Amino acid sequence: MSPADWAGPADPVPGSLADLTAHELAERFADGRATAVQATEAALERIAATDEQLHAFLTVTSDQALKAAGEVDAARERGAPLGPLAGVPLALKDVLVTKGVRTTAGSKILDEFVPPYDATVVRRLRDSGVVILGKTNMDEFAMGSSTENSGFGTTRNPWDPTQVPGGSSGGSAAAVAAGQAPLGIGTDTGGSIRQPAALCGIVGVKPTYGLVSRYGLIAFASSLDQVGPFARDVRDAATLLETIAGHDPMDSTSIPDAPVDFTSGLTEGIEGLRVGVVKELFLEGTEPGVLARVREGLDRLERLGARLEECSLPSFEYALSAYYLIAPAECSSNLARYDGVRWGLRAKDSADVVDMMQRTRQAGFGAEVKRRIMLGTYALSAGYYDAYYGQAQKVRTLVRRELEDAYRRFDLLVGPTAPTVAFPVGEKADDPLAMYLNDVFTIPVNLAGNAAVSVPAGLSEGLPVGLQLIAPALGEATMLRAAWAFEQDLGLSTRPIRPTAATGEVGP
Amino acid sequence: MTAAVASEAGTRRYETVIGIETHCELGTATKMFCACPTVFGAEPNTQVCPVCLGEPGSLPVANGRAVDYAARIGLALHCRIAERSQFHRKNYFYPDMPKNYQISQYDEPLCVDGWLDVDVEGEVRRIGITRVHLEEDTGKSLHVGATGRIHGADYSLVDYNRAGIPLVEVVSEPDLRSAEEARAYAEELRAVLLALGVSDAKLEEGSMRFDVNVSIRPLGQAEYGTKIELKNLNSLRSLYRAVAYEADRQHRVLAEGGKLTQETRHWDEGAGRTEPMRSKEFATDYRYFPEPDLVPIEATAGWVDGLRAELPELPAERRARLAEATGLPAKEVGWLVRDPEVLAYFEAVLPGRDPKVVAGWVMGELQHDLREFGHTMASNPVGPERLGQLLDLLAAGTISATAAKDVLAEMFTSEASPATVVERKGLAQISDTGELEAVVQRVVAANPDLADKFRGGKRGVLGALVGQVMRETHGRANPKLVSDLLERHIGG
Repeated sequence: MSPADWAGPADPVPGSLADLTAHELAERFADGRATAVQATEAALERIAATDEQLHAFLTVTSDQALKAAGEVDAARERGAPLGPLAGVPLALKDVLVTKGVRTTAGSKILDEFVPPYDATVVRRLRDSGVVILGKTNMDEFAMGSSTENSGFGTTRNPWDPTQVPGGSSGGSAAAVAAGQAPLGIGTDTGGSIRQPAALCGIVGVKPTYGLVSRYGLIAFASSLDQVGPFARDVRDAATLLETIAGHDPMDSTSIPDAPVDFTSGLTEGIEGLRVGVVKELFLEGTEPGVLARVREGLDRLERLGARLEECSLPSFEYALSAYYLIAPAECSSNLARYDGVRWGLRAKDSADVVDMMQRTRQAGFGAEVKRRIMLGTYALSAGYYDAYYGQAQKVRTLVRRELEDAYRRFDLLVGPTAPTVAFPVGEKADDPLAMYLNDVFTIPVNLAGNAAVSVPAGLSEGLPVGLQLIAPALGEATMLRAAWAFEQDLGLSTRPIRPTAATGEVGP
Repeated sequence: MTAAVASEAGTRRYETVIGIETHCELGTATKMFCACPTVFGAEPNTQVCPVCLGEPGSLPVANGRAVDYAARIGLALHCRIAERSQFHRKNYFYPDMPKNYQISQYDEPLCVDGWLDVDVEGEVRRIGITRVHLEEDTGKSLHVGATGRIHGADYSLVDYNRAGIPLVEVVSEPDLRSAEEARAYAEELRAVLLALGVSDAKLEEGSMRFDVNVSIRPLGQAEYGTKIELKNLNSLRSLYRAVAYEADRQHRVLAEGGKLTQETRHWDEGAGRTEPMRSKEFATDYRYFPEPDLVPIEATAGWVDGLRAELPELPAERRARLAEATGLPAKEVGWLVRDPEVLAYFEAVLPGRDPKVVAGWVMGELQHDLREFGHTMASNPVGPERLGQLLDLLAAGTISATAAKDVLAEMFTSEASPATVVERKGLAQISDTGELEAVVQRVVAANPDLADKFRGGKRGVLGALVGQVMRETHGRANPKLVSDLLERHIGG
């Protein structure tokens, strides 16, 4: 199967605004062919038509979205200056807090939680006139690679609803792939943007750690978490990243004076770009179809003028193990606050406060979250700290150093995003280790705090494959320029995928 | 006293070893990791925000002023400021801690390896300072129910106003050897904090609290004995009493052939004894790890030098300077220097006056009247200028010391100058020989036996006669003149 088999919508709705990218919508807003309200209505209609099957959204805020869209239209009418994404609908992962709108992080323990404030990213989106449609499904507290760990049901992959959309940001990825929204926001702790982007056939960017504010992002693993964009093409992803990036005094780890122009050089091509092909990202066990699409992608990059050369980063072999100590350690502490005392679920009829806390956490957290809290608690315990957490930090330092060395020779690194295409719902749900292996190619980037993007590279057995481009810290502009060149040359459709109705048997 | 040997249990074979962890609230306008105000005594849960409530998604940002203050404390205690220091999370579950971890510092504190010289009854002891670090305070719980503790409470109320208030923890080496030394150390540390202006160090509002480690060991033994931790002592008196009690208790246990176990004990101020704390009320494994939400503190040489250059005069330097300039004894100098407000006042009154007299009045009568009229040094209605004028009247012999006390008391309720008060109340001293002569004659005539004794060489009785004259003149007579007249009269 060749990339060209990538079809457009199976059942296109002629003229639906929901099928357009953000920059296509922006053109129509600008010349008066469409309004933000119309675009929002089209998105809400698409959600209504498809979400019973996909379950991408946990909360849809139709009234607020239409109101926000109306305000953008009124502002445009007045001739007020508007950003490039003003009036464009967006699907927001339910891990970013929204003032007055229920925010669950995919967990029963926060079923009823209504935050008193907006995350910085949410505020920036609102300030830019982006229309937030609602909150999308996710693995509980972003722990998972299939969205099956959600406390509120599984999201389905629009390409084939029997398959998972990836995770943890599966809801946002599925929404964007299905045309429920042209843009989505996800978070990436070990691959949670890139892997679902790959599995859903869209673009997903994991920005440099510190480029996008984490204020208001419900923490999973603070030293790894990063907010980033989903879109159906690279230009939209770059524009959305520009909108949310930049220093935030409310986040101590936010980088001051980071460059936030990712669009002006987007089309400049990749002639002479030095690209390292990371040997360790072509592991045995990677699906042949995935390897085939990625190798074709390497050839394409070369034809476009990039100079490719193999490089080896041996520490990547230990990255997964290190990650599964560091991330659970941080989560064991980050999730301690969900104890029933202040917000969310509280177990009733408890004997005392300890009993209340224990029963609340017992009832509120799912199995994977409990597993990681226990792993992390153990890794930080006196007597084990050095052997586990301490050792993992050493691996982390090693990964970072090896990458730094590699960037002396290369502008970018390249490999597959995930070892497989989307897999059937339920297949790995009871096998945590098999599930963890899904993140084996994405995790090293988080450990190093680098940037990476997953860009569609074609299909394998009817399901999308993602190519991963990795850049040094703050190398987003170069990385997105390469992704754009690749995408344009490959020429896949940016139109949404329409899931087949009812049976959910086959993809498009 | 011999500070090195504890003798409470009647044995001289053991010495007491004490180390103190002092928690002190910093006087910043805002909290450690958010912009909430730090005013004491506000309505519960009115000084809170998503950050200090630990709302999901919120993040801490370190208060730069608090970091400056902590570094100043470190410098004043002769510590090294670490080039790189780091916040850690101390994990344990407790409802008054919103995140169920406390942001503190662990193995990379801001300030390390210092010392503080402490004057213990005239003997200077150099106490090692292990470290000074920053952390956030927790909220305050009120447990309603029979026990008054969280276990067995019907319900509990939590006030998070205090959650996130910046604290420094100053950890001493186990260099203290008695309850007296422990108290002297705490007093000196408090004086340093006040001099630096980084904290109001108000014990009664809980802005300074002590955790104390007490152990005893046979004299001459290098290893430490079994350590007992006394938590949350909140006054110098409790500190002294708790340490004295605990050292004594440990002696008794050993003397009776018992064995000490490492534990945390609670000081019961009312009962005057320490009791084991329920083990469930503190965790044993805090699972410290570096706080990923906060970047490390990088101390540049420029920043540290700047802070060092701005250090005010410290109590020890002040004491040396004051002793040199005034010739006052160490005890009085120490007293004056303990409180910067007292010292500033003293120094404002001092120029051109006798240090001994000024010190006596500032430490004695002034403090007495402040208490009497419900004032503090901060609200003292008698400015240094008015006290100075009063002391001048006294020095000139215009009024007697007794009268001066009345005038000072009067000045607390009136803004009049001392001269006006003296005039209004007719308190001017009688220095007119003619006027006093008559009274002296009367007194001598009424006490022939005393006069005889004086003539017989018992010069001590003169005091009694002077006293009588003073009473007759309602304290207004010039005592010096009265003695002269009496002597002349009896002798003549």
